[in-house]
Amino acid sequence: MAEVLVYVDHVDGAVRKPTLELLTLARRVGEPVAVALGAGAGDTAAALAEHGAVKVLTHEAAEYADYLVVPKVDALQAAVAAVSPAAVLVPSSAEGKEIAARLALRLGSGIITDAVDLEAGDEGPVATQSVFAAAFTTKSRVSKGTPVITVKPNSAAVEAAPAAGAVEALSVTFSAAATGTKVTSRTPRESTGRPELTEAAIVVSGGRGVNGAENFAIIEALADSLGAAVGASRAAVDAGWYPHTNQVGQTGKSVSPQLYIASGISGAIQHRAGMQTSKTIVAINKDAEAPIFELVDYGVVGDLFDVVPQLTEEVKSRKG
Amino acid sequence: MSLRIVVTVKYVPDATGDRHFADDLTVDRDDVDGLLSELDEYAVEQALQISENSDDDVEVTVLTVGPEDAKDALRKALSMGADKAIHVEDDDLHGTDAIGTSLVLAKAVEKAGYDLVVSGMASTDGTMGVVPALLAERLGVPQVTLLSEVSVEGGVVKGRRDGDAATEQLQASLPAVVSVTDQSGEARYPSFKGIMAAKKKPVQSWDLSDLDIDEDEVGLENAYTVVESAAERPARSAGTIVKDEGEGGKQLAEFLAGQKFI
Ligand SMILES: Cc1cc2nc3c(=O)[nH]c(=O)nc-3n(C[C@H](O)[C@H](O)[C@H](O)COP(=O)(O)OP(=O)(O)OC[C@H]3O[C@@H](n4cnc5c(N)ncnc54)[C@H](O)[C@@H]3O)c2cc1C
Ligand SMILES: Nc1ncnc2c1ncn2[C@@H]1O[C@H](COP(=O)(O)O)[C@@H](O)[C@H]1O
Repeated sequence: MAEVLVYVDHVDGAVRKPTLELLTLARRVGEPVAVALGAGAGDTAAALAEHGAVKVLTHEAAEYADYLVVPKVDALQAAVAAVSPAAVLVPSSAEGKEIAARLALRLGSGIITDAVDLEAGDEGPVATQSVFAAAFTTKSRVSKGTPVITVKPNSAAVEAAPAAGAVEALSVTFSAAATGTKVTSRTPRESTGRPELTEAAIVVSGGRGVNGAENFAIIEALADSLGAAVGASRAAVDAGWYPHTNQVGQTGKSVSPQLYIASGISGAIQHRAGMQTSKTIVAINKDAEAPIFELVDYGVVGDLFDVVPQLTEEVKSRKG
Repeated sequence: MSLRIVVTVKYVPDATGDRHFADDLTVDRDDVDGLLSELDEYAVEQALQISENSDDDVEVTVLTVGPEDAKDALRKALSMGADKAIHVEDDDLHGTDAIGTSLVLAKAVEKAGYDLVVSGMASTDGTMGVVPALLAERLGVPQVTLLSEVSVEGGVVKGRRDGDAATEQLQASLPAVVSVTDQSGEARYPSFKGIMAAKKKPVQSWDLSDLDIDEDEVGLENAYTVVESAAERPARSAGTIVKDEGEGGKQLAEFLAGQKFI
């Protein structure tokens, strides 16, 4: 069976969930061979083997952290040369898309970004995408070269599928371009203790209706009662009430959780673009005409300052 | 010293319009009003600020690859304050994908002459966010992308990139390709004076032969990807909507429990 390269997103060896989802999709198309780069690359092997990687190609070098994007492209290109895969799958983060694009160009291949599903097809993998703020669903495939496809988080279930996961050192020669853009400092984001926004099963978001940074405490309290991540509309972010990293929408994060709860959010097209593929959508808004209600499975027309705290209490008491 | 900045701007269908696909599964650009992609306004703004903050002699050129109407996008950028514009237009460009677009942009940028390319973070129609990286790869210059802050001094571009896991400070020597996010600062509105001045600013038109690009390198037929189908997402079945009469939170909890979320 053909091999499929999977680019591993990890933090010091801890594999992030979207990569494990990629392994599920990769197995539909071929045998997953993972590529893990940078500090801790070797530590990823156990988790990757557990989820279906037959091989884990690793390479550690300071360049991956010290320079932007290009060293990772060099490494993936080396991996493609070593393996001749049927496809290359990359998690759809901002960086992942840039890596994938440059790789595709070097390979003379086409690129598909932000796939939400992937199936094997007669002429290569067929990717499902959700476009125009999720108003349309398209199916596409790469028609030239080795398909390079980036896949959004929450596009597949994480499945256990034990495989050999044999670690092999990848040999990489960095290109002249590799050191072009220096990372002069890096400040890791502080952990909030809550789930990662793009990976969470439940997302609780607040918008302009939350009316102040201090009031986000009631959104956080609901999120914590449900074990959810916290999101925000751009209006709330622009007002300085919540960090931009938590913004949901076209220019923020795109989320696709099992449950999305929007409070005080009108549902503008750019916000919908980032949450419309959520499985179940719930909204609380005092304006019965708010467009968000067109999307909901359950909506409460009311003041979020009454409804949200009552909901939080009820969740807590039901969970005991 | 002089600094030549080229800003790549895309003309896109209005996101608040009824966007859909044409019969050949390309984005329908006829039925929905087009405009300068809002995310490229931020690129124009940052280019103008770099120009205003510089002691050098700076020239800001806006560049678009697109149909006849894409001139509107150039006009808007010129009225914001860009100095001149280049419009790459050719019937053979219809249906060109990101890989092809980056080729056309690269050739045009090289022909125009540049020290710095400034792009938006993503187009509001395709939303791929890959063209700046592709452009850097093709030009063989550093990519300094997705910046929420950018500055140029002494032949060096610096910027802040707010990534998923960390905030990074980046630095590269010119020439370089930069892209900026919508966190980089509100774009200015064209002033009346700016709008009047824009009418007199030069707009050059180039076609594929001007760029030495073969017709079989671009266009729908030669794209590296094929869209096999496009289906309108079925409308979500109407949900239950209740008015809060004092029990709204409890009713919602009941719903969530029924769905096994609690
Ligand atoms: C290029 C571009 C990119 C963009 N990207 C994004 C993006 O990534 N994410 C994003 O979210 N937006 C984005 N936007 C902005 C988007 O167009 C909207 O302006 C924004 O989503 C509005 O946020 P909101 O719903 O919180 O605010 P509003 O539209 O002002 O809605 C607030 C809602 O709260 C309700 N409300 C007020 N008080 C209460 C209360 N006490 N109880 C209950 N309900 C209450 C109101 O009825 C109203 O419906 C983008 C715009 C552009 C042009
Ligand atoms: N046809 C085009 N003409 C000019 N610039 C473009 C074009 N397509 C993309 N760009 C630039 O590339 C950026 C990212 O686009 P994309 O990769 O398509 O999301 C945009 O914000 C523009 O700056």
